[in-house]
Amino acid sequence: MAHRLEALEQRVREVLGDKIVDFKQALGEITIELRPEDLLECMTALRDEDGLRFNQLIDLCGVDYAAYGDDEWITNEASWTGFSRGVDGVTMGRMGITGIYGVHEIKSNTGRRFAVVYHLLSVELNQRLRVKVFAGDDAFPVVPSVVNVWNSANWYEREAFDLFGIVFEGHPDLRRILTDYGFVGHPFRKDFPLIGHVEMRYDPERGRVVYEPVSIEPRVLVPRVIRQDNRYVGHSYGAAREHAGERN
Amino acid sequence: MSEYRSYTMNFGPQHPSAHGVLRLVLEMEGETVLRADPHIGLLHRATEKLAESKPYNHSIGYMDRLDYVSMMCNEHGYVRAIEQLLGIEPPIRAQYIRVMFDEITRILNHLMWLGAHALDIGAMAVFLYCFREREMLMDVYEAVSGARMHATYYRPGGVYRDLPDRMPQYEPSKYRSEKDLKILNEWRQGSLLDYLEAFCEHFAKMVDEYETLLTDNRIWKQRLVDIGVVSPERALQLGFTGPMLRGSGFAWDLRKKQPYAVYDRLEFDIPVGTNGDCYDRYLVRVEEMRQSNRIIRQCIDWLRKNPGPVMPEDSKVAPPPRERMKDDMESLIHHFKLFTEGYCVPEGETYAAVEAPKGEFGVYIISDGANKPYRVKIRAPGFAHLQALDEMARGHMLADLVAIIGTQDIVFGEIDR
Repeated sequence: MAHRLEALEQRVREVLGDKIVDFKQALGEITIELRPEDLLECMTALRDEDGLRFNQLIDLCGVDYAAYGDDEWITNEASWTGFSRGVDGVTMGRMGITGIYGVHEIKSNTGRRFAVVYHLLSVELNQRLRVKVFAGDDAFPVVPSVVNVWNSANWYEREAFDLFGIVFEGHPDLRRILTDYGFVGHPFRKDFPLIGHVEMRYDPERGRVVYEPVSIEPRVLVPRVIRQDNRYVGHSYGAAREHAGERN
Repeated sequence: MSEYRSYTMNFGPQHPSAHGVLRLVLEMEGETVLRADPHIGLLHRATEKLAESKPYNHSIGYMDRLDYVSMMCNEHGYVRAIEQLLGIEPPIRAQYIRVMFDEITRILNHLMWLGAHALDIGAMAVFLYCFREREMLMDVYEAVSGARMHATYYRPGGVYRDLPDRMPQYEPSKYRSEKDLKILNEWRQGSLLDYLEAFCEHFAKMVDEYETLLTDNRIWKQRLVDIGVVSPERALQLGFTGPMLRGSGFAWDLRKKQPYAVYDRLEFDIPVGTNGDCYDRYLVRVEEMRQSNRIIRQCIDWLRKNPGPVMPEDSKVAPPPRERMKDDMESLIHHFKLFTEGYCVPEGETYAAVEAPKGEFGVYIISDGANKPYRVKIRAPGFAHLQALDEMARGHMLADLVAIIGTQDIVFGEIDR
C-alpha cells in the first residue's frame, strides 16, 4: 500500500500546491495542514478532483493544543518534595494548571491553540486523508464552515463549537449540541476543569432543580507523565511500527 | 372550516420508540412532519475528556458504554488505535478471537435492533424471539470476561485471556426441575467453542424464523417500503456508513475494503440494498446476521486447530501472568507500573476505524508522548445518521418517523458520548 500513499501524496501536492502549510506521513496516514483562508477552496478541490475524490467527511473534531506536552510529574530529576502521590487541591506545581485539571484561564495567544481536524474518506478510491486547520486567533477562533462541501459537517461543527468554542463562519445553525440548555463555557478546552464548574441537585424547598458551584476538589490519581526513555525506539516495537507503515 | 396551520410538537425524551433519550422538536402540519430538530446530549458523559484524564488502559471500559449494544466492536476501535501508535501487532489467535467476538457483537446488535424496530412498528413477538437468542450470546460474553455486557475484554496487544475450556453450567436448584436443567445444560457440556458451534447451528434456523415473521409480512412491508429513501449521493453527503450506506447501494464495508485483524482471511459477502429505503436496510441487516454467523463458524474452526498466545510476551504493554507476578520481582514491578502509571505512548496521531454493526466506528488519538492520550475523538456512526433524520423524515407521517428512527439503529450512548 506504500505506493498508493505516495501516489496520493503526489496528487495532493499537485492539486493544492503551496497551499499546503505542512505535510506529514506517519503510521500509514497522511496529514496535511491548511490555512483557514484557503480551506473552502482546498476542500472543494479535495472532494472533486480526479485522483482525490474525497466524497465523504467521516469526522470533524476540534483540538485544543494549549497543554500539549505538559506533564505533572517530574521524571528527569529527583524533587525536593519526594515522590508522594497524595494530591490535594490545585496548588501542587505538578498538577499542571493548564492541563486537564486546569482552572486558570489560558491567556497567551499563540495562534496555534485551536485546531480543527477533518478526516476525509473516498469511497470511490478507497483512500483516507487527514486535514488540519489552525484557527489564527486563540481568543476568538474562527474557521470557515464546510457544510456546503459536505452536509455531514453540520452537527460535527456544532459539536466543535459547543465543546471548544470554535466558531464556524457560514454555518447555517451554530447552536450548542451536546451540553445542557443554558450551559456556560466550553468543556473540552484544557482550561476547563474535569469536574466542571457547577453541580446540580433537586431543592425540595424551592421545588426545583438548582445549580451550585461544585463542592468537590479536583483530584488526580495517576499523574500525567512524559518519559523520554525511548522505550519504544530500537525495540521490537520499532520494527513492528515500520512494518505496519509498509503494510498500509 | 378553519385553515390548517403547522404546529410544534415535542417527542421524547421519554418515549418508548425514541430509543433512549432522543428529544425531537417536530414541526407538524396535521400528521405530516415538516421539520424535525433532534435535541441530543441528554446522555453526554464527556467520555473523551475522561479518557484524556486517564492512562490508556483505563478507558477501555468506557468504550463498552458508548454504543452499549455493540460493546466489543467499540473496544476494538480503541485498542486498535493504541496498537497503531505503539506499533504492536496482537498475536494471530487474539485477532481471530477478536473477529469472532466482533461478529458475535454484530449479531447481538442486529438482534437488538430487529427486536426494537419490530416492536416500534407493532410486531411484539419478534422482540421476544430476538431477546431469547441474545441471551445465549450474552452467556458467551460472560463466560469469557465475567460480564454480560461491558466486557473490557480487548486489551492493547491482544485479549484479556484465552477462551475458557469449559462453558459454565446451570446449577441444580429447587426452583428448577431435573428436566429443565438438562435442557439448559445441553449445549454447555463442552468448551465455549462447542457452545458457540451449537449456537451457530441453531441461529441459522432462527434467522429464517424471524424472516417468516417479517419479510413478506404485509403490514411490515407497508410500514417500511419506500419510507425514508436516501439516494446514494445523499448517503455520501450525509456521512452514512455501515448498513445505512449499503442500503443505498454502496458495497462499502471496512472489513472488505480496508481489512483489519484477520478479515482478509475469512470468507463472507456484503449484502447491498438497491432502493435505500427502510425495507432494504432491514434486508441488509438480516443478511449481515447470516454472514456473521458464517464468519463465526470459520473462526471456531481455526481457533480449535491453532492454540497459541493471546497477549504479547512483552511486559511493557501486557501484564505478566499472575503466577509469575507472585514470585518474580521484575514481574511485580511491571505489573505495578502497568496498572498505575501505564505506558507512555510515542508522540503522534492516528485514526483507527472498525466496521461496527452500526457503521464506521473510529477512534482518533493524539499522543504527546505521555501515559494519557492528549486528545481522544470518537467517531460514532449514529451521530452522522441521526443528523440526517430531518432530511429523511421530511414529508413523512408521524408514524413513519418512528420507523425511520428504528431503521437508523440509534443508540444514545455513542451519539452523546
